[in-house]
Amino acid sequence: MTAHSVPLHGAPGDTVKTTTCYMCACRCGIKVHLLNGQVRYIEGNRDHPVNRGVLCAKGSAGIMQHYSPARLSAPMLRTGPRGSGAFKEITWDEAFDIAASWLKPVRETDPKKLAFFTGRDQSQSLTSYWAQQFGTPNYAAHGGFCSVNMATAGIYTLGGAFWEFGAPDWERTKLFMIFGVAEDHDSNPIKLGLSRLKERNVRIISVNPIRTGYSAIADDWIGIRPGTDGLFVLALIHELFRTRKIDLDYLIRYTNAPWLVIDDPGAADHGLFARDEEGVPLVVNRATGKPTPHTADGVKPALTGTVALADGRTAAPAFEAMAKLYLDPKFAPEAAAEETGIEAGTIRAIAAELARVAFEEEIVIDQPWTDMKGERHDKMIGRPVSMHGMRGISAHSNGFQTCRAIHVLQVLLGSVEVPGGFRFKPPYPKPWTAHPKPSGGAHDVHPGEALHGPHLGYPGGPEDLLVEDDGSPCRIDKAFSWEAPLAAHGLMHMVIANAHAGDPYPLDVLFLYMANMAWNSSMNTEGVTKMLEDKDEATGEYRIPKIIYSDAYASEMVAYADLILPDTTYLERHDCISLLDRPICEPDAAADAIRHPVVEPDRDVRGFQSALIQLGGKLGLPGFVGEDGLPKYADYADYMVNHERKPGVGPLAGWRGEDGTAEGRGAPNADQLDRYIENGGFWIKHIPDEALFYKHANKAYQDFAVSLGFYDTPQPVIFELYSEVQQKFVLAAMGHGDRQPPEHLRERIGQTFAPLPIWYPPFEGEAIDPNDYPLHALTQRPMAMYHSWGSQNAWLRQIHGSNPLYVPGAICNEHGLQDGDWVYLTSHHGRIKVPVKRMEGVNASTVWTWNAIGKRSGAWALDKDAPETTKGFLLNHLIHELLPEKGDGLRWANSDPITGQAAWFDLRVRIEKAPAEDGVSRPHFSTADVPTRHARPETLRFGQDFEPVDGGPA
Amino acid sequence: MTELPRKTDKKLGLVIDLDICVGCHACVVNCKEWNTGGYGAALSDQNPYGDDPSGTWLNRIHTYEAGEGADTRVVHFPKSCLHCDDAPCVTVCPTGASYKRADDGIVLVDESMCIGCGLCAWACPYGAREMDLAEGVMKKCTLCVDRIYNEAFEEVDRVPACVRTCPANARHFGDLADPTSDVSQMVAARGGIDLMPEQGTKPVNKYLPPRKGTPIGEALPAAHRPGGEDDLSATGFLGWVDDMLSRFG
Repeated sequence: MTAHSVPLHGAPGDTVKTTTCYMCACRCGIKVHLLNGQVRYIEGNRDHPVNRGVLCAKGSAGIMQHYSPARLSAPMLRTGPRGSGAFKEITWDEAFDIAASWLKPVRETDPKKLAFFTGRDQSQSLTSYWAQQFGTPNYAAHGGFCSVNMATAGIYTLGGAFWEFGAPDWERTKLFMIFGVAEDHDSNPIKLGLSRLKERNVRIISVNPIRTGYSAIADDWIGIRPGTDGLFVLALIHELFRTRKIDLDYLIRYTNAPWLVIDDPGAADHGLFARDEEGVPLVVNRATGKPTPHTADGVKPALTGTVALADGRTAAPAFEAMAKLYLDPKFAPEAAAEETGIEAGTIRAIAAELARVAFEEEIVIDQPWTDMKGERHDKMIGRPVSMHGMRGISAHSNGFQTCRAIHVLQVLLGSVEVPGGFRFKPPYPKPWTAHPKPSGGAHDVHPGEALHGPHLGYPGGPEDLLVEDDGSPCRIDKAFSWEAPLAAHGLMHMVIANAHAGDPYPLDVLFLYMANMAWNSSMNTEGVTKMLEDKDEATGEYRIPKIIYSDAYASEMVAYADLILPDTTYLERHDCISLLDRPICEPDAAADAIRHPVVEPDRDVRGFQSALIQLGGKLGLPGFVGEDGLPKYADYADYMVNHERKPGVGPLAGWRGEDGTAEGRGAPNADQLDRYIENGGFWIKHIPDEALFYKHANKAYQDFAVSLGFYDTPQPVIFELYSEVQQKFVLAAMGHGDRQPPEHLRERIGQTFAPLPIWYPPFEGEAIDPNDYPLHALTQRPMAMYHSWGSQNAWLRQIHGSNPLYVPGAICNEHGLQDGDWVYLTSHHGRIKVPVKRMEGVNASTVWTWNAIGKRSGAWALDKDAPETTKGFLLNHLIHELLPEKGDGLRWANSDPITGQAAWFDLRVRIEKAPAEDGVSRPHFSTADVPTRHARPETLRFGQDFEPVDGGPA
Repeated sequence: MTELPRKTDKKLGLVIDLDICVGCHACVVNCKEWNTGGYGAALSDQNPYGDDPSGTWLNRIHTYEAGEGADTRVVHFPKSCLHCDDAPCVTVCPTGASYKRADDGIVLVDESMCIGCGLCAWACPYGAREMDLAEGVMKKCTLCVDRIYNEAFEEVDRVPACVRTCPANARHFGDLADPTSDVSQMVAARGGIDLMPEQGTKPVNKYLPPRKGTPIGEALPAAHRPGGEDDLSATGFLGWVDDMLSRFG
């Protein structure tokens, strides 16, 4: 045989650097192999707590993102009309001069005329701080159109929520139920976790209208009708009550189930907790039969029984109200079956299995621990049922209540923060009361001054709303107003529409970062672009006069901005994945991480955070200039090391103190970033064994948390099955209290707020005739794409280059549809024309497609006839930011009435066969070419010119 | 016509677990990323930002639905060269460029000898070979031959890139000639199967079929089957609560 020569040895590159991925929001650790200064290969970092060495398709395609032709190259000023894509390059000095000339007068006269909203921002502790120092009330990141329902319901109920706040105990759980998860969310950790479950033969139940991805490998796929998850969960809760499968000991120890609720219909405090003179909620002590502060030594709380209060009125434990509510036959599986599309027998079986695993497969760990009352426990008891949920639950107008229902289900099973259950990641749990209240109210915004506190927080009742004296909203997005009282992440999806309508007031400057609001991140995309283009006839000025935008790439939004601040790629920048922000902790450890430039930019770009800090210095914002009035920080790296939010606590927790030995708290350390880089780009601090579970009530954990600076005093959490905050809004709707909702919102608040989780049908479905729009339409994100970013990626776009509409087989038969045929999909707001593909594994009344594959011609440096443009499409054109008109002349947001969460998944449609015609999806927009300096090669041979290392294989 | 070795000492190959593959494409892209800068010519992409992008890949995932109605399953099926014992792509090669190594069984293309005639791709029943249009040579999975023996790597990383990166742990690498190896034992325990055995190619790679689970309603032991009508009154329930709490003392 011929001797064939195969080069076998040699490192892939000449240098290896570790940093943090940014191909999606997971923030995995990566090792970047460089060869002669070029990126040769990116792999997962085995030591990293998030991904433990693995790397997904997006992360592996990072090279193509880094070298994308769509990269912006220099600051730009718009020269043609908005939307045309006509720009000229300018210098950074010019860019800062222009930005300052727009922003300075706003700050000095009326700071709220600036709205600063950030998209997939991983630096919210910086961006929010900047906006606070500027003094505008109008700041938020993208949570309002992402999963604020999940976050808010979790914080109010448990002091933490899914994903960044917690995780299933993958190593110990014996039953896992996952609800509506976007497949790119938490992508590597969920896949790592699912593989552990498969190894142990653990049952996976997936509740999702669509059977792809995780649902495809689940043992049980529950193809639920969209928007009915809450009813399904309440039916499970009904079953637990009916069959007496509830962890009463857990409820007494860790929840407010025993707290006494005042029963005095018509009174201003009806449904609130009975409290002693110090305001401590009362329980009935089983030993004495008397109302007693729940904190009293040796108290044995009852869960039942009406008692007389000192003032002669009566009260009963919250748990009694729960039992009465959830035993009602309206929550029985039979009653839920039709609406949810899940057979009653299946609901009963799931409830029974949850109960069986929780109570009969109990886990016992021989690890003594001490609770917050000082009681020593010799073991840790686990109820090994865990759950996870995300966008599919959140993105409905009933999502807040559904999320709360899931958490209540978890708590009834005693499965939160126990071995085998759902576990919190530091710095959670943290009770909502330990979070700030929102700032930016009627009397908190003053020309030339900072806000007194952060914008986003957790209201305790109507008294904490950000409303003017006449009840109208203070914020441009109406967050924390009566329209969205608990809008803890703001309502980015309403900013442009509200600013355009001048409701509640017009803006002068809109400042956006990394948010594709002129395309896939907005509802009613075409309408939004028209709002951005619309001019005031009287003045000839744009209705939103000035738009500053920062992005690394030529996204659709770039064409609609006036001033562009070009960001770097993720391999060229500093970042901190901070405990003050969205950390990367795991249930067993606190952790944070950095990005640092592993290659230097070859263009005139700056990391947005550095540009923002420099702009803050130029504007003289407090916190960004020293006492001498000169800029305090050179760039983001300087800020990451030297900024202190409070003495000793800064963006990074590792290697603090002058000698670098302190953790969590300590003086800034000039060598801190070097220490991070030496350690692979991250810092990790393991939680002591005694503190690993029951974190909400575990003294050792609370001491650990205080030592690291999560908070200054212990902040145990009592899980709020019964939400007094919710009841305060119910009472306001009934006319109690000084702060009253406007009349048009009174009924809705009364119907949608509830102290115990409820279910109501999604709003859009109630506003249309179901005979006209019989189907639900959903999107989900594929595992290999992250929002709109992936389409510029030469490799990922070969995997998802266009998106069909997936249609259930029975509907295909009814309409005579074959794969590749075209249909009109029509909602109350619009009509699109799209190609179809048959699918069986989807809820029978649901059609769906992949999210954000469709692109506008000319964007992302793609050919104007790219399939993303010709075949790809967005459902956004069918979704309006407002509900169908009710004839009352009012603008009703298409959002959850509690949190303002964008109700993307409430969409209702009808389907009709359409002629193929030119084979191009509709609507099809004119080309908006955003200039980039990079050529679009006809052939890409990445790696062809790599020289081998040490005679190796390159 | 190129000869196959009569027997290989080892049969290095992949075992792919279809019960856990979620179709995420991590293996597909990491393979491309590793190999475009690795063995032989780059894996080129044609029209990468254009109206009809395409490229050379050594591993692809096919997703399809199997079964009908309620029994339908979505299957994610990763596919790359199966390094067949009886590899028709080798025997068909007119130049000797395609060959199977006697020591470890890896099927490779010696690009210096490949004339790009495409006969091997035609002969392969799996469609596992792809012509690189820029270089004009045939590309295929090398089992990351430049990783698995590479002494510049730590031992733990001497596995194919697809195995190294798989987030779901659905891909395994080892010697399928050794019955004691992890991969062989996995195949034995899970009933691993050959792809299209009727083709007579004797593929080395094996697939582990999706496990047939028990639907939740049938899985419950009889004692846990939900009972008939219970007392739905709050009074009855609260009585149970009181009874339970009295046992707490």
